[in-house]
Amino acid sequence: MITLEKVSFTYRSGQRALQDIDLNLEGGDFIAIMGENGAGKTTLAKHLNGLLKPSQGRVLVDGDDTRKVSVARLSRKVGLVFQNPDHLLFSETVKDEVAFGLKNFGFAPEVVHNQVIRTLEALGLSEYAETSPFLLSGGERKRVALAAILATEPDYLILDEPTIGQDYQQKERLRNFILQLYSQGKAVVMITHDVEFVAESNPKVILLSQGRIVAQGPADSVLSKDELVKKASLVRPQMSRLFGELTKYGLPSDVVDVHRARILLEEKLSEAKVRVAQNS
Amino acid sequence: MANAPREIIIAKNLGFQYVGARRAAIQGIDLSIREDEFILLTGPSGCGKTSLCRCLNGLIPNFYQGEWTGELLVDGLSVTTQLTSELSRRVGYVFQNPENQLFALTVEKDIAFGPENLGLSREEIRQRVDEAMNVTGTLPLRDLAPYELSGGQQQRVALAGVLAMKPSVIVLDEPTSFLDPRTAEEVMRATDDLRRELGLTIVVVEHRLDLVARYAERIVVMDAGKIVADGDLEETLDEKFDLLAGLGVGIPRVSLLWAALRRDGLVSGKVPTRVEDAASSLGGMMSQ
Ligand SMILES: Nc1ncnc2c1ncn2[C@@H]1O[C@H](COP(=O)(O)OP(=O)(O)OP(=O)(O)O)[C@@H](O)[C@H]1O
Ligand SMILES: Nc1ncnc2c1ncn2[C@@H]1O[C@H](COP(=O)(O)OP(=O)(O)OP(=O)(O)O)[C@@H](O)[C@H]1O
Ligand SMILES: [Mg+2]
Ligand SMILES: [Mg+2]
Repeated sequence: MITLEKVSFTYRSGQRALQDIDLNLEGGDFIAIMGENGAGKTTLAKHLNGLLKPSQGRVLVDGDDTRKVSVARLSRKVGLVFQNPDHLLFSETVKDEVAFGLKNFGFAPEVVHNQVIRTLEALGLSEYAETSPFLLSGGERKRVALAAILATEPDYLILDEPTIGQDYQQKERLRNFILQLYSQGKAVVMITHDVEFVAESNPKVILLSQGRIVAQGPADSVLSKDELVKKASLVRPQMSRLFGELTKYGLPSDVVDVHRARILLEEKLSEAKVRVAQNS
Repeated sequence: MANAPREIIIAKNLGFQYVGARRAAIQGIDLSIREDEFILLTGPSGCGKTSLCRCLNGLIPNFYQGEWTGELLVDGLSVTTQLTSELSRRVGYVFQNPENQLFALTVEKDIAFGPENLGLSREEIRQRVDEAMNVTGTLPLRDLAPYELSGGQQQRVALAGVLAMKPSVIVLDEPTSFLDPRTAEEVMRATDDLRRELGLTIVVVEHRLDLVARYAERIVVMDAGKIVADGDLEETLDEKFDLLAGLGVGIPRVSLLWAALRRDGLVSGKVPTRVEDAASSLGGMMSQ
């Protein structure tokens, strides 16, 4: 379990970035952290693996205070994928980049090999195994950064803006991968501005605004509340805005994803069809 | 008599293969873009969008090595023979990764850097920088160093720097990827306002169509280095829905929903891209 107790953080410049954050994270959790630019999301992520230490309060990773254990040790348990993919890449080939962490953690060569192949496959990167990460497109580089961390299968996965630069199909792949991980008992935290991705993945949502947690709850309930969404500089998912206009026809207002929207509308529209047929 | 908008970008059979790459990043590109058009360029990750953008401001072939084919004219200048400084004055480019674009000591200096190099008067520079900071909400950040900024704040500054140049073409490569959704909407709206005011040409690379569907009249879809669809955004989405969906284009959720209901035989007519259009059509049917 990762526990944040009353965590506050101020940068050396005097910029306050986090205030009184309490948070628990355990295996099987799937959490999305959302909020305006500068809300403190990346700062929070860097506290989870000990890259930053709280100015006040404390962070415990499986009972260890992050002030007292090295980042290297924590990184075996807590994998953080940076917002900016260029921060991670230094190997000559994609394959080496993804193998780096695994080798570092002392896995046997054949385990490393299999794990690299599997992860590249899952993220649609197999054809680039021998390519330099620097010669890839933006979206491809982000996936390499993701692959490098996902391959090590840490207990806690912290993904800072994982869907940046990804097309719809890549997002689906990523979603399946994430789903697999937390159903296997890993904890997954994703920081994201992608409301549609969140609406379709249905994690628990934590809204961060000006360094504070301002709301938390299931995605469909948080993302369909106008005041909350505004406060964190988000917009409601398209389905929520659509269903907000349709409540007078007896439809619920907390619909956020296409799947549920379709089921509800199929029913309503079929009824309407029958009515029209009967009346004519 | 007013002149008809002229073509500001003309590509003929344009292709480029990076040195050492196994295949061409773009090939057989025929594209002409009129002045004051707002174009959405999309397609799967790795299909060649950024490479095409790099051609538009001369980064390809001037800074990237490889094999060039075909012809490209931007604002009457041939990209292969023109100095990049001349091109970059006309074509503003917001990079996919904002961090790679910021280098001055403070936000304000960064935004002023371009205009200063144009040899403008002090007042003109001042005015442009203030205007750009206003539009992008970067005024409160003016004295910060780029490394002190969050990802989204960096992206706003990069955008402001390009806006302050007032180029005739602005190429924005996933300009909202780090922005919070409300700011992303504001930035797209501001970009469109600028286009209308100044008659700019806008090319936006974006995976999420819902963000730009309101502004872009035209969509260009690429796959594996080639253009596979090019036309009016709403018509293309309707007529080539299956092609776009198959490529993994980020089709707006209301359009996806509509297409599914249409397949069920429950609705008919053109796929909407806006929530309000879908709401009024569906409302009409349910109140029958
Ligand atoms: N290295 C730094 N030095 C000083 N201030 C910083 C530094 N990094 C971030 N900040 C400031 O701390 C606040 C929180 O930044 P953070 O990067 O955590 O935001 P964020 O929620 O991740 O935003 P975004 O969505 O734009 O990525 C912002 O006001 C930012 O300007
Ligand atoms: N500098 C380079 N050298 C060699 N190959 C490159 C280089 N940059 C990109 N490529 C390759 O060219 C192809 C097109 O890349 P490009 O960056 O244009 O794609 P994109 O459509 O912008 O993708 P994304 O949506 O992921 O940003 C990809 O296969 C990529 O790996
Ligand atoms: Mg951030
Ligand atoms: Mg790109």
